[in-house]
Amino acid sequence: MSISTDPAARSGYGDHPPRMGFFTDTSVCIGCKACEVACKEWNHVPEDGLNLLGLSYDNTGGLGADTWRHVAFIEQRKPLAVQDAGVQDGAAQDVGVQHADGDSVPRGDDPPKPPREKGEVRWLMSSDVCKHCTSAACLDVCPTGALFRTEFGTVVVQEDICNGCGYCVPACPYGVIDQRQDDGRVWKCTLCYDRLGDGMEPACAKACPTDSIQFGPLEELRERAAVRVTELRDAGVEDARLYGENPDDGVGGDGAFFLLLDEPEAYGLPPDPVVTTRDLPSMWRHAGAAAATMAAVAATAFAAAAIGGGR
Amino acid sequence: MSKRRGEQPMVPAADFGSYYGRPILNPPVWAAPDIAGYLFLGGLAGGSSLLGAGADLTGRPVLAKVVKTGAVGAGALSLAALVHDLGRPTRFLNMLRVFKVTSPMSVGSWLLSAYVPMAGAASLAALTGRLPRIGAAATAGAAVLGPAVASYTAALISDTAVPSWHDGYPEMPFVFTGSGAMAAGGLGLLGAGLLGAPPGEMAPARNLTVLGAAMETAAMERMARRIGLTAEPYSRGRGGRYVKAGKILAAAGTAGAVLSTPGLLSGRLVPGRAGRVIAAVSGVTLLAASAATRWGVFHAGLASAEDPKYTVMPQRQRLAEREARLPGIKVGQ
Repeated sequence: MSISTDPAARSGYGDHPPRMGFFTDTSVCIGCKACEVACKEWNHVPEDGLNLLGLSYDNTGGLGADTWRHVAFIEQRKPLAVQDAGVQDGAAQDVGVQHADGDSVPRGDDPPKPPREKGEVRWLMSSDVCKHCTSAACLDVCPTGALFRTEFGTVVVQEDICNGCGYCVPACPYGVIDQRQDDGRVWKCTLCYDRLGDGMEPACAKACPTDSIQFGPLEELRERAAVRVTELRDAGVEDARLYGENPDDGVGGDGAFFLLLDEPEAYGLPPDPVVTTRDLPSMWRHAGAAAATMAAVAATAFAAAAIGGGR
Repeated sequence: MSKRRGEQPMVPAADFGSYYGRPILNPPVWAAPDIAGYLFLGGLAGGSSLLGAGADLTGRPVLAKVVKTGAVGAGALSLAALVHDLGRPTRFLNMLRVFKVTSPMSVGSWLLSAYVPMAGAASLAALTGRLPRIGAAATAGAAVLGPAVASYTAALISDTAVPSWHDGYPEMPFVFTGSGAMAAGGLGLLGAGLLGAPPGEMAPARNLTVLGAAMETAAMERMARRIGLTAEPYSRGRGGRYVKAGKILAAAGTAGAVLSTPGLLSGRLVPGRAGRVIAAVSGVTLLAASAATRWGVFHAGLASAEDPKYTVMPQRQRLAEREARLPGIKVGQ
C-alpha cells in the first residue's frame, strides 16, 4: 500500500495492522436492522426516538450522534425481472387483495382492470455507516485533536477531549457525525475500536444475518467487492455498482464502502463527495490576499484623508 | 435553472435523485447569534485595529480611543460568542491543546488568543495615556493581526461541505474584510460623531466605510455570479432577506457618511451639530449593514445544507463534466 492510500502510515504509525473497513453489500440486505440494534447495545448509544417517519420502514432517517448505523428503505417503481406464477391478475381480484399501491380491489362484478405492470415495486435496503475516509474532513478541521486516526486507519472521536465546537458536523461530506444535544459533544461510528483491539469484528458486522455487512482488511474487501459486482452484472443486475471503493475519488476512497443498486443519491449518499480541506491551501491564500487588501484599503482611507485636507 | 437554458449537455436535468428529499449533509449545529455574531465581531475588531493604528500615526486621538476600545470589545465578544457556542464551554482551552493549520478554527483560536490581549493593551494605553511605548507596540501588533482576524472566519466557514459556503471560498474573505472595514468605519463615525471630535478626525473612518462597502458589495456580486446554483440561498429565504437588508443598509449608511462630510452641505469646514448627528446615525446603519450581511451568509449556508438539491446537482454536474472530458471512461459512481 502506498503512503497516500495508507492513512495510518500517513498519521505516523510505523508498524501497524492492515487498514480495516466495511464492505456493505446492499444486494443481500434484508432490512432487519440487527446492525442498528447491535451498534446501540455495544456502544451504549442512547435511544433517539422510536419514530415512524412515514419513509417506508425507516425509523432513524439518517446517520447522526445517536444513529451510527442507519438502514435506509427505498421503495421504487422499477420494472425488474419477475417470477411468473402463471396466475392472472384477475385471480387476485377474486379474493379482494389490498395492492401495494393502496387501491383496494373489491370482490364482485367490477369490470376487469387493465393488466398491471409487472415487477413494479422493488425495495432497496442499505445499512449506512461512517465512511472512515482516507482523507477525512472531520479529522482535518477538528481544532482540539479530539478526532484522530487509529492504527487500523479508522477515524475515532475521543470523548474526553471533544469540546463540542461542532466544526466537524458541516465538514463531513456524507452527513455522518453530529452533536448530541443534551451532551454537547459529537459522536459517530468508531468501527468498534475497542473490539478491533481485541481482535473481534465490529458489532454490526457480527450481528448481520446475511453478511451484507462484511468486515476485514480493506484490500481484501475491495477484491471481494470487485468479484461480487462482476457476478451481479453478469447475472443481469445492470444497476449494481461500487460506491466509495475508488482510492482516486474526492476523499481518497472510503474505509467503509458499498455495493449499491441505484444512484448514490437515491440512498441519501452524495454522488461525488470531496474532502473540503482539499481546497484549504487556496482558501488560506485567498484569506491572506483579502487581509492584505484590507490593510491596503485602510492605508488608502488615511491617504485620501490627507490629500483631502482631513475632510 | 432558467438562466442555464441552452447550456446543454453539461447541465444535469433540473430534477435530482434524493432519499425522500432528506438532506445529505448534517447541517451546522451553530446558533445564529453566536456564530453569525462571531463572524461580524471579528471583522469589526480587525478593521478597528487598522483604523486605530492609522489614527495614532496621523494624530487623531479621539478616533484612536474610540476604535481601539471598539476593537478589544468586539474581539473579546467574538471570543465569548465562540466559547458560548461550544457544546462544552468549560473545555474551551482544549482549543489550545494543538495547533492545526488544517483547521481554521484552531488557527483562529490561537489568533484571537494573541490578538485580544494586544487590542486590550492598546485600548488601555489609549484611554489612560499611560505606558505609551507598550501601547504603541500593542497597537502595531493588533493592526498586524487585525486583518487576519477579519478574514480567517471566511476560510473557517468555507472549509466545510456546506455548498453555498464552500463554493464561495475565493470571494468570501473579500466579502468579510470589506464588511469588516465598513463596520469599523461605521464605529469610527459613530464614536467620533457622539464625542464631537474635530472634523478632520472622522475623515479616514468615512473613507473606510465607502471603500469597505464597495469591496463587500463587489465581492458578494462576483461570488453570486460565479457559483451559479449554490448562490440561490444568498437571494432567497431568510439568508436572502438578510443579504438584501445588508445591501440597503450599506447603501444608506454610505450615503449618510458622505453627506456628513464637513462643508458638503453647509459650505463650511466645521461640521455643525447636524453633520455629527448624520455621521453617528450613518455609523449605526453601517454596523447594522455589516451584521446583516454576516447573518445572511450564515443563514444562506444553513439553507444550502438543508436542501439536498445543492449537494446533489453540482456534484452531478461535476461528474458529467469529468465524463465529457474523458469520453468512454466511466468516472466516479
